Amino acid sequence: MRNFIVFLLSTIPTLALGDWEVNLPRGVTPTSILAYDLHMLIFYITVIIGIGVFGVMFYSIIHHRKSKGVVPANFHENTKIEIVWTVIPFLILVGMAIPATQALILMEDTSEAEVTLKVTGYQWMWKYEYLEDNVSFLSRIDSESNKARKLNSGVDVRNVKNYLLEVDNPIVLPVNAKIRLLLTAGDVIHAWWVPELGGKKDAVPGFVNEMWFNINKPGIYRGQCAELCGKDHAFMPIVVKAVSKAEYEKWVMNQQNNNKIANKK
Amino acid sequence: MNTDADHLHEDHKTGIMRWITTTNHKDIGTLYLFLSLTMFFVGGAMALIIRAELFQPGLQLVNPDFFNQMTTMHALIMIFGALMPALVGLANWQIPLMIGAPDMALPRLNNWSFWILPFALGMLGSTLFFEGGAPAAGWTLYPPLVLQGGDALPYAIFSIHLLGLSSILGAINIIATILNMRAPGMTLMKMPMFVWTWLITAFLLIAVMPVLAGAVTMLLTDRFFGTSFFTASGGGDPVMFQHIFWFFGHPEVYILILPAFGVISTIIPAFSRKKLFGYDSMVYATASIALLSFIVWAHHMFTVGMPLAGEIFFMMTTMLIAVPTGVKVFNWIATMWQGSMTFETPMLFSLAFIVLFTIGGFSGLMMAITPVDFQYHDTYFIVAHFHYVLVPGSVFAVIAAVYFWLPKWTGKMYDETLGKTHFWLTTIFVNITFFPQHFVGLAGMPRRIPDYAVQFTDFNAISTIGSFGFGIAQILFLYILYKTLKQDVTADNKVWEGAEGLEWTLPSPPPYHSFEEPPKVE
Repeated sequence: MRNFIVFLLSTIPTLALGDWEVNLPRGVTPTSILAYDLHMLIFYITVIIGIGVFGVMFYSIIHHRKSKGVVPANFHENTKIEIVWTVIPFLILVGMAIPATQALILMEDTSEAEVTLKVTGYQWMWKYEYLEDNVSFLSRIDSESNKARKLNSGVDVRNVKNYLLEVDNPIVLPVNAKIRLLLTAGDVIHAWWVPELGGKKDAVPGFVNEMWFNINKPGIYRGQCAELCGKDHAFMPIVVKAVSKAEYEKWVMNQQNNNKIANKK
Repeated sequence: MNTDADHLHEDHKTGIMRWITTTNHKDIGTLYLFLSLTMFFVGGAMALIIRAELFQPGLQLVNPDFFNQMTTMHALIMIFGALMPALVGLANWQIPLMIGAPDMALPRLNNWSFWILPFALGMLGSTLFFEGGAPAAGWTLYPPLVLQGGDALPYAIFSIHLLGLSSILGAINIIATILNMRAPGMTLMKMPMFVWTWLITAFLLIAVMPVLAGAVTMLLTDRFFGTSFFTASGGGDPVMFQHIFWFFGHPEVYILILPAFGVISTIIPAFSRKKLFGYDSMVYATASIALLSFIVWAHHMFTVGMPLAGEIFFMMTTMLIAVPTGVKVFNWIATMWQGSMTFETPMLFSLAFIVLFTIGGFSGLMMAITPVDFQYHDTYFIVAHFHYVLVPGSVFAVIAAVYFWLPKWTGKMYDETLGKTHFWLTTIFVNITFFPQHFVGLAGMPRRIPDYAVQFTDFNAISTIGSFGFGIAQILFLYILYKTLKQDVTADNKVWEGAEGLEWTLPSPPPYHSFEEPPKVE
């Protein structure tokens, strides 16, 4: 019991450490921003409906009580009002479906991409192949996180930089270019997801899925596998470094040279 | 006059043999409810292991493989061991009482459909002690991952076969009872709402349980007999499993909620002292929800890479479900409107059901929007959503039903103050547990992970504290049940001032063969 209390007390400082993020990130791609705006739109619509519905309900709970001497009314049917509260929600839904369908059409259009990156999920790492530039590498969780994440590792994971969200070889991609991902897997189903770049897509063995994004801001964006893929599902992060086109081309050249040197050896 | 006949009727065994051989709808209902309560605590203990590990980042208590076994078993046990048996138990107790029948139509089948369950669940539970452990690929059993499992897989599959068999037999019995044994004068459109929702649910069960059985059998042959239904290297398709599974899985979630709707539609009018508003539209709404449930399944798998037309179709059908569901909520509120409400425990749970289930419905509507679901999919936002519709949804309805009908079943009144305490503790803690999960999900925490990045720490810690509070509150529920059965405060026949229906015309507790003479319904 005393140990438990000590344990509980020891967690108090951590409350100040984490952040209290409560919402989707707006992200840095046209698709993520579209998803965010739709998310907020639908959220506000449901909030307004909620205030209306629960408002009426709580008004009734407060005022229509036996303890206030209310005698129950007799009505229990009204076809007109049933039609009204069938048709109005239907119209609201149509109003939601139109922008949603437009967004979906845009998100599924993977044509005219400048960079094609093939992503293959394995238990428990990612393989990336830049199809135009003949660059490829594996990307695993970095060793510091990997040591800290072991059961009773004795490492305070709060001191590990980007715990569980750091890899040995990050993906480098240019900003302001349409990037097409081709996703597949070598063993079981995985899902590739970096929240700030927009939605996720499954990597299914034997099949090739597509998705695209266009990053509008240089930076480092982190994500994780999002489909249960076995015991180390939580430990195959994704890191994307978005850089200017010039920097990207330099990086590609370096990679190609490294590959050549590696091949000669 | 017919004392001999009466004597024969009452000739049933005593002790343990009474329960093993019983063909009585009340005994079997009690067995179902008792099993459900037991499994609720077993599944709940697993949830607490999950939450304890997630209290802090880093791994402190369990290794990732055992964690995955816990998420898988928690779901299977709560769905097939706790919720479904609870709803069938309520059906067993209530349907004959509500339609004026002496018993279920097929009493021996009834005994069998119950007694399959403990063995099926026992077999499923025994896999925890196998080398390699229980199934760990999630309750959705997606291949190819699930095919990597060890010896647990065939046991889990056979146990799912048995659980499905039990459900189908129960459903056949319920349909046969409702269609053949209603009291004279009780037309279909005069049936109590709970009976209607169960009739529709029973058809759903018969339609989809064989689909699940087929899907898991294909897994079995893929694993052991060299087929490749779901293995790409042999020409199969892993995504096809998901389509088949969710063709079962989506109606399944309505199997878990429609009888709950029936309970709420019974309790709200009773404590509002006013007839259910829009009875006909409630029946049609329930039927529409059931029909729509067959054409929305792929919204569980928007990220698998479907054609655009498919995504648009499943998005729109899914959004449509909001219409009949909205009708139900509006009708409940119209029932309360200008009623004369009192707030006993069953009513409190029902009111909380309406609010919290609707919140779950709102997040469901958000998820229907495919382009945003690409962000929500497989995150804790989803976990929050389905726990909102299943815990303060279905589970609250079951608890409300138990408080509502327990005095009728036992002839004894529960302690109202304790009941209300149980309600407030449960409602507060259920929200502390599940509401923060919306936040971490939106902020980017995937589901089914034993360890997480440090920015998710705070809300996870809160959620864990809530879950332990919720668990402790349910021990109070156990005590309330125990106290009710041990005490002498008796309940009268009507129990609740505003309750209507045939069950309240019987003594509390009702006689062994509920209605020996069919009552007349005006």
